Amino acid sequence: MSFRRFQGTPTYVADEGLMASVDASLALERPLLVKGEPGTGKTMLARAVAESLDRPLLTWHVKSTTKAVEGLYTYDVVQRLNDSRFGGKDISNVRQYIHHGPLGKALTAEQPVVLLIDEVDKADLEFPNDLLRELDEMTFFIPELDETVKAKHRPMVIITSNAEKDLPDAFLRRCVFHYIEFPDRDRLRRIVHVHHPDVDKKLLDVAMERFYKLRGVEGIRKKPSTSELIDWLLVLSRAGLKAEDVDARVPFAGVLVKQEQDKDLLERLKQRMGFKF
Amino acid sequence: MFEPLLWNLRDQGLSVGLGEWRAFLNAMEQGLATNVDDLYRLGRAILVHSEAHYDLYDLAFARTFAGLTTDPRLLKALEEFLENPEKFEEGREFGKHGFASMEEMLEAFMKTLDQQDERHSGGNRWVGTGGTSPWGTGGRANQGIQLGPQGGGKSGVRLAEDRLWENYRTDRVLDVRDFAIALKALRQLAREGEEILDIDETIDATANNDGEIDLVFKKARTNRVRVALFMDSGGSMYPHTELVSRLFTATKQAKGFKTFDSYYFHNCIYQHVWTDYEGGERKESGKVLEQLTADHRLIFVGDASMAPWELFTKSAALGLPAPSGLDRLGMFSKKCPAAVWLNPDAEKLWDHPTVSAIGRVFPMYPLTIDGLKRAIKHLRAPH
Repeated sequence: MSFRRFQGTPTYVADEGLMASVDASLALERPLLVKGEPGTGKTMLARAVAESLDRPLLTWHVKSTTKAVEGLYTYDVVQRLNDSRFGGKDISNVRQYIHHGPLGKALTAEQPVVLLIDEVDKADLEFPNDLLRELDEMTFFIPELDETVKAKHRPMVIITSNAEKDLPDAFLRRCVFHYIEFPDRDRLRRIVHVHHPDVDKKLLDVAMERFYKLRGVEGIRKKPSTSELIDWLLVLSRAGLKAEDVDARVPFAGVLVKQEQDKDLLERLKQRMGFKF
Repeated sequence: MFEPLLWNLRDQGLSVGLGEWRAFLNAMEQGLATNVDDLYRLGRAILVHSEAHYDLYDLAFARTFAGLTTDPRLLKALEEFLENPEKFEEGREFGKHGFASMEEMLEAFMKTLDQQDERHSGGNRWVGTGGTSPWGTGGRANQGIQLGPQGGGKSGVRLAEDRLWENYRTDRVLDVRDFAIALKALRQLAREGEEILDIDETIDATANNDGEIDLVFKKARTNRVRVALFMDSGGSMYPHTELVSRLFTATKQAKGFKTFDSYYFHNCIYQHVWTDYEGGERKESGKVLEQLTADHRLIFVGDASMAPWELFTKSAALGLPAPSGLDRLGMFSKKCPAAVWLNPDAEKLWDHPTVSAIGRVFPMYPLTIDGLKRAIKHLRAPH
């Protein structure tokens, strides 16, 4: 086995493929694009990488209205306009109205950082393309100041996507890609142990059985994810329930199943074929 | 030495570019892969950009490196090359494996690949469409493939052969979300909504106004696309009931269009269409046609296969001659040029008189993610 720079952390269980992808991203200085169903730990990954590399983490939460340039900097023109009319400030210094965005901060940071661009697919279809040059060359130009900002240290960039929209080809070609698969039983067990080290073994067995059965229900809209299983186990143990209680009925099912449609579906299954939920 | 992998990937239809390939080689030079497992993972991380392509990668990888396993010397050589490429390049290592030179080793390598090709054309298909691939679950153990580290973990080739990613391919059928996302791509935004502050114009106006603030407003962007969806709920659609119900869910979720209407029909559009799947309320199709505008986008969903008379006969209602089903479809396509037909049947079943007849009225696409994307592209194009 080769030497790995990233091996997960005590609280983050990574599989071999993911470690290889993080290492490739670090070695090639290319952004790491992470996809996977909700709750597979995409966002957590950035935290874990930052922790294990001992670098600060900067996060850029992308929304449907986010523009690429906002990640670099914003020019608060309204404030300047307001100051020009009402404030007694010297408005000729444009610099005071320029604020760096998360990507801008990552490039100007005094030490190498990990930058998380979270849910990149939420934004406009063209959004990733608008970042190509900046991510490639790690520089950007601020026309208002006639100034080019250059990266002091190349940040490690982690980009997450929920696959709501297709990302442009040119963007994809520049990324190292990893799809986080839903964990299998062994890995899920390890993940649970990280969060609940003292969980009752029998309770965990029964709960996991239920959990995977529920994920396998045909037609379920929102499959329960790892974080929901962890919450559920927490609720179960707080309530002092034992494996037998979970086996006979399923308490606190609302922690696992949240969509109204899914609840209806399970109700119907329960009536029709005695499905335990 | 890894070039066969590149060509096999491209054979599988993965457009691996030079940039990625060089990045891959660069990563190898940096020593990121020291065994076949690493090689498998590293290649996948750098050369593949979507989980939909993982399966194709697996096929290409298995095809490239399964060839090695027929010659144990090659496998050993490859592993040692990965272990220490520089040492290997010096040429001292070849002899150990019974090769005189790097060239000879590559030659043997290519030869095994060629043999692989022969077997390929001999009938055992590598790329399985219906489970005939030797990389399925059945036969692979018989080939005695054993590659990678012994004990503990799966070898790269094993991982590749398991084809765990088959379900992520884009030629699978759609689920609700896929359909909803595709519909979203149809949006065209226009400024005709509520008023919002136009900062650029405000600055210009204020500057022209000697610094007296002059606020300028503009309309927010709204979607101006009208969509009408027609879904077949006839008998031959029975195998696709599940799919149609997913579409139904997706259409209910469809938001942001200027108008969005959905209708159901049986086999083809006749005198009436229905406004819900269970066949409750019906509406005269003439009325529906009347209410459509020329810039409506029409999406028909159906298998388009029926008895020829069901499509071509000019049926009579109340003793008056009525247009045939095909005529009615023609009227819709004439009024709304931006229209497509999505067919849930596999394309190989389209060789049918009524399917081809309808295919001449509306461009027909398979109801897969790929087909849907092409259909949406067609709808977005100016008509």
